[in-house]
Amino acid sequence: MVMLANTQGIADTHSQTADGAGPVLTLSGISKSFPGVKALSEVSLELFPGEVTALVGENGAGKSTIVKILTGIYQPDEGAISINGSPVSFPTAQDAGRAGVTAIHQETVLFDDLSVAENIFIGHAPKTRFGLIDRKEMLRKAQALLDRIGARIDPQVTLKDLGIANKHLVAIARALSIDAKIVIMDEPTASLSHKEIEETYELVERLKAEGKAILFISHKFDEIFRIADRYTVFRDGQMVGMGKIEEVSEQELVKLMVGRSVDQVFPKRAPQLGKEVLKVVGYCHPTEFEDIGFTLRAGEILGFYGLVGAGRSEFMQALFGVTKPSKGAIRIDDTVAVIRDPNEAIRHGIVYVPEDRGKQGAIKGLPIFQNVSLPSLKETSHKGFLRLAEEFKLARDYTRRLDLRAAALDQDIGELSGGNQQKVVIAKWLATKPRVIILDEPTKGIDIGSKAAVHEFMAELAAEGLAVIMVSSEIPEILGMSDRVIVMREGRIAAEYEGADLTPEHLVRAAAGITEVRP
Amino acid sequence: MSLATPDTGAQGRQIPDRLKSPLQRFLVSWELLLLIVAVAVFTLNSFASPYFLDPWNLSDATFNFTEKAMIAFAMGLLIISGEIDLSVASIIALASTAMGFAVQMGADTPVLVMIGLGTGLLCGAFNGFLVTGFGLPSIVVTIGTMSLFRGISYIVLGDKAYTGYPSSFAFFGQGYVWWVISFEFVLFALLAIVFAVILHKTNFGRAVYVVGNNPVGALFSGIRVPRVKFALFLITGLMSGVAAICLTSRLGATRPSIAFGWELEVVTMVVLGGVNILGGSGSIPGVVIAAFVMGMVTFGFGLLNVPGIVMSIFIGLLLIAVIALPRIAGRILARRKA
Repeated sequence: MVMLANTQGIADTHSQTADGAGPVLTLSGISKSFPGVKALSEVSLELFPGEVTALVGENGAGKSTIVKILTGIYQPDEGAISINGSPVSFPTAQDAGRAGVTAIHQETVLFDDLSVAENIFIGHAPKTRFGLIDRKEMLRKAQALLDRIGARIDPQVTLKDLGIANKHLVAIARALSIDAKIVIMDEPTASLSHKEIEETYELVERLKAEGKAILFISHKFDEIFRIADRYTVFRDGQMVGMGKIEEVSEQELVKLMVGRSVDQVFPKRAPQLGKEVLKVVGYCHPTEFEDIGFTLRAGEILGFYGLVGAGRSEFMQALFGVTKPSKGAIRIDDTVAVIRDPNEAIRHGIVYVPEDRGKQGAIKGLPIFQNVSLPSLKETSHKGFLRLAEEFKLARDYTRRLDLRAAALDQDIGELSGGNQQKVVIAKWLATKPRVIILDEPTKGIDIGSKAAVHEFMAELAAEGLAVIMVSSEIPEILGMSDRVIVMREGRIAAEYEGADLTPEHLVRAAAGITEVRP
Repeated sequence: MSLATPDTGAQGRQIPDRLKSPLQRFLVSWELLLLIVAVAVFTLNSFASPYFLDPWNLSDATFNFTEKAMIAFAMGLLIISGEIDLSVASIIALASTAMGFAVQMGADTPVLVMIGLGTGLLCGAFNGFLVTGFGLPSIVVTIGTMSLFRGISYIVLGDKAYTGYPSSFAFFGQGYVWWVISFEFVLFALLAIVFAVILHKTNFGRAVYVVGNNPVGALFSGIRVPRVKFALFLITGLMSGVAAICLTSRLGATRPSIAFGWELEVVTMVVLGGVNILGGSGSIPGVVIAAFVMGMVTFGFGLLNVPGIVMSIFIGLLLIAVIALPRIAGRILARRKA
C-alpha cells in the first residue's frame, strides 16, 4: 500500500522498526525558501537505526536541500530536527558532525593532496603526549577502519592516486571514524562500475549491521528495491509519501515521484539514416586511448558503452578539441577537418555536452540567457557588440523547447537543479545548430521524469537529421536509445554491435574483455 | 516544434526574461552605495575646508586619481577574468625611463609617446606570455616582473634623473582642454567610456566575465581562454604606458622610484569599485566612482594637513571594510530571514 501525504498516512508511519526501536533522527515541518523558490515545504523525514531509508524524488524535489540542512550547510526557515527524541540544531557543518551525522556526497569532499589516513582523520587525528599528530597510531587506526569495510587501500597512499570508487570507500571510512550514527549517501553508485556498485551494496549491509541509520539517495530503482528498508518520496519540495519498501511497488513509487504514471519505455524510433557526416580514423592519445575509428551518419544515434575509465570521455573531449590527439584524422562531410580547440569543433558543427555539468557545462555565476547564448554570440551580436534582445530571444526559444523550469531567464544558472542545468547546457548547444552532438552521460544523476524528456528529445534530434553520439554507462539507456553501439575497453574499441547483436550480454562481455576483439 | 514531455500542463511554459528591472537591481547595487559614499565625502570635504569648493582646487584634486584610474580600468577587466597584474607601477617606471633615455637621444614628443605606449605593450605582452604560454599563476609572474621592470630602471638611472622633456610633451600631464578641465581628466573620462563599452557591451567583455566565473567551462564553450587573458595583459600594459606618459609629463622628470607603490592603490581602487578579487564580477561604473572617492578622500586629507601615513592607514582600513562589508551585510540579511 502506498501512503499518501495525508495526516493519516504520515501518522501511520510513526511506527516502530521490526525490533521495536524508534527513529534515531526525526525531521518535522522543515521549510526552506530561496529567492523565488520554495525549496522545501513542511517536510518530515525519519531515519531508523540499522535501516536504509531511500530518499527518492525528481530533480528539484528538494533532496539536496534536505541533505544540506542535515549536514549544517543550510539552516531551515521553520521546523525541528531531533536526534533520539531530543531537539538539536546544526548551525555549522561541525555541529552536524559532532551530532553524528555524516554525508557521502555525489562529489565527495575530500583532500586530493593528503594521504588516505589524513583524509580519514582530518580534524580528529590521534595525538601524541605533546599534542602532535600521532602518525603511527593514525595509520594503524586507518588500516583498521579500511579493513572493517573490506577496502584494500593502503592508508599511506595520496588520495588523488585513487579511483572514484576507492575515494568513496575513504569517505565511508571517515564516516566510521567519527562514529557517525547517521550516514547520508547521496547517489553513491552514480559513477561506479558494476563490480564497484556490488561492493558498495555490501558496504551498506555492513553499516546496517553496525546499527547505522542510512539515508540513501538514488535514482536507480533496482538498487532502491535491493537495499532499502524504507522509502520517503519528495515531490516539488513536499514529502508525498513514506513507508516500508516491501509494501510498495516500483510503479507506485514512480507515480508518487512524478505525480503521474510514467512508462519507463524508451521512445520508439524509426531511424532515417542520412549520409555519412563524421568519419574518425586512427585517433590516438599517448595515455588515454588508441586507434579509435568509426563513422557516423545523419539521423543516427551511436552509443558508446564501457566501464568507467575505458577512455570514452577522454576520446570525446579530444574529438571536441579540448585535448590534442597524438595521431588521427577527422572527416566531416567528406572534407578533412582539423580541430585544435573547441572553438574550431563548434565551427565544424561538433558540440559536446560534458559529463561534469558543474565544472565544464554550466557557467555558474552567469544568468541562464547568457549561458545559452555563449557559443552563439557571433550570431546574436552585431560587429562584436552584444544585443541582449537577441540573446533573450534565443534563450526563450531553446529553453521552452526543453521545458526548462526557472524563475526568470536572468536567474543565475547555479541556482537551478541539476536536471535544469543540464537542459540549459543542451539548449546552448542546440542554439548553435550543430551537425554532431556528443552527449556524455546525459542522464547521469537526473530523475526519471527529466530522463524520459532527455531521451525523447534525443530521438527528436536524430529524427531532425542530427548525428548523435551518446556516452552512457547504463545498459538500458544504451540499448533503448542507440542504433549502433561501440564498446570501449582500456582505451580501445573492443566491439561494435547493431541490430540483433545488440544484447546486454554482448555489451557486458565486451566491456569486461571476455569476448574477442571485433566479432 | 515542441518536445513531447510526459509532464502535465507544462507545455510551452513561459519563463519571464527578468525577475528584477535594471532599476531595482541598481537600488541594491554596490555602485549606489559607493555613490552615496562619494556624495558624503564631497559634502564633508566642503564643510571641512573652505578651499575645497574652489574650481581650481577641485581640478587639482582630479590628478590624485586620473592616472591610477586609467590603469584601474584595465586592471578591473583583468581581475574580473581571474588574473592580476602587480607589475603596473614598475611598467610605468620602465616606460618613463625609456622615454627619458630617448629624450637624451634627442627624440621629440611623437616619438616619446610611441616609446611610452610601446614599452607598456611589450611589458604587457611579456606578462601575458608567461601566464598563458606556461600556465603560470599571474600573481607570481607579475611579482617577478614588478622587480624586473623597476630593476632595469634602477640599473639605467641609478640615483640620477632624466629631465629635459620637450615643452610640447608637458601638455599630457599639465595641459588644460577648457578652463579648469585638464587633458588628463578628459582622457580619464573617455577611457572610462571606452572600457565601460568594452566590458559591458561587447562579446569580448562577455568573455571576460565567462573566463572569470569558470575558465574550464569557458574552454568547453569554445572561448579561447589564453587569447582573452593575453589580450587583457596587453591592454593593462598599454594603459600603464598611457599612465607613464601622463605622469612623466606632469612631473617633468623620471626617477626610478616613479609611481612607487601604485600597484596596490590601483588594486584597492578596483576592489573598492566592487570588482570581486577572486574574479567573475564587477563593473566599470563602480571603478569610476571608486576613483572619485579615493581621490577626494586623499585630497580632503591633504587640505586638512593630515599626514601621509594616516592617509595610508585610512586606505588600508577602507580596503578591508570594503571586502568585509558585503559579507557582514549578507550575514545580517540571512539572520533576519532565519
